[in-house]
Amino acid sequence: MIIDTTEVQDINSFFRLESLKEVYGILWVLAPIFTLVLGITISVLAIVWLEREISAGIQQRIGPEYAGPLGVLQALADGTKLLFKESLIPSRGDTRLFNIGPSISVISIIISYLVIPFGYNFVLSDLNIGVFLWISISSIAPIGLLMSGYGSNNKYSFLGGLRAAAQSISYEIPLTLCVLSISLLSNSLSTVDIVDAQSKYGFWGWNLWRQPIGFVVFLISSLAECERLPFDLPEAEEELVAGYQTEYSGIKFGLFYVASYLNLLISSLFVTVLYLGGSNISIPYLFISEFFEITKAYGVFGTTIDIFITLAKTYLFLFLSITARWTLPRLRMDQLLNLGWKFLLPISLGNLLLTTSSQLFSL
Amino acid sequence: MFLLYDYDIFWAFLIISSLIPILAFIISGILAPISKGPEKLSSYESGIEPMGDAWLQFRIRYYMFALVFVVFDVETVFLYPWAIGFDILGISVFIEALIFVLILIIGSVYAWRKGALEWS
Repeated sequence: MIIDTTEVQDINSFFRLESLKEVYGILWVLAPIFTLVLGITISVLAIVWLEREISAGIQQRIGPEYAGPLGVLQALADGTKLLFKESLIPSRGDTRLFNIGPSISVISIIISYLVIPFGYNFVLSDLNIGVFLWISISSIAPIGLLMSGYGSNNKYSFLGGLRAAAQSISYEIPLTLCVLSISLLSNSLSTVDIVDAQSKYGFWGWNLWRQPIGFVVFLISSLAECERLPFDLPEAEEELVAGYQTEYSGIKFGLFYVASYLNLLISSLFVTVLYLGGSNISIPYLFISEFFEITKAYGVFGTTIDIFITLAKTYLFLFLSITARWTLPRLRMDQLLNLGWKFLLPISLGNLLLTTSSQLFSL
Repeated sequence: MFLLYDYDIFWAFLIISSLIPILAFIISGILAPISKGPEKLSSYESGIEPMGDAWLQFRIRYYMFALVFVVFDVETVFLYPWAIGFDILGISVFIEALIFVLILIIGSVYAWRKGALEWS
């Protein structure tokens, strides 16, 4: 009997251990996800603050200064204010579409962060389809915009939603073709492999030098996909009040706001990953680089440095697009579509054929 | 990278990221004041009474662009597997892909000439 009880206890404790292990396993999966979401949120706050400060600098104003030191907490204060605002639903609109629209556009953009390598093998999930996941999922976002434009039952919103959809499908194809040339060069769609393929020769190994045309096309079309100012036709204030956001207030407007900055951030991250060698130290023949190579494989230190490098390159592009917003005038709708279909599309196709032929010679 | 299989983390991430808007809606539902009025809930039309519905006919141009988009999007999706297997497939498949792209280029030139890519 004694043996029996001990056996039962053993079995019990074994089961408890197993369930504990499972709990740990789930936590182990969830922890990086929460860290990533937290990191994304903080960077969105940082971008909003940066945009305000840079625009103030360009327009010779002071910019935010009261909320926190140098106005760092301004974005947080704005977000909290939006939470406290009444969220109106237009009486004649479609309530379901009206609510689902902003949610879809936020979710579809957040999911793309799954495949971003912030450091050497420091990625949430190294999927084989990598970049393709970004392309396919980011094209869900215009459906959300179309839904919100349609669900508002407002002429401005409807036109804005249509324009948003037309614009993002027009610029999607040059973007996809550029990514195609990149994946052809590195023979993989996985973002980790793409970064690895650029790690040789430091600065000169970047895809930027092998794909200069693709880089420019990618930059322009990702700016257009973000609906940033030279291409912000869907929410052109002078024509469409605020486009598909016209009827939105409170936190739903906040979701659109967050979505646009998330989109900007992920585009800059992808420019970094695809063309600027991601997290590589990027200076060839440097004495220190060997030291980094040693620490890279193991330590927290190497990962931190990697993340720092990635973010530095990313914020460079964020700075570029913010400056472009406050210096360039807006295009007209026909100019926008002409640029997309009659200029960028043939050029990116030509770039693809050029890349394949040069690869063919090196085969 | 972790214990679970590749795409499980995708689903976990999908669930967590869809919690974000839901949480935002709930928190704002608790915190935000509610005061309804007929004027307040009418849709905005530059300050005047909204005239008719917004769900009406719109330009056919949007459809034209969508059609051309579908053609090219399917093309790029077909080109992706070829690009990944480029090393193995070699020259003969390159020529096939070239013919495929050429047909589409002819199609786009046709659409261009017919004015499908004109906005006005």
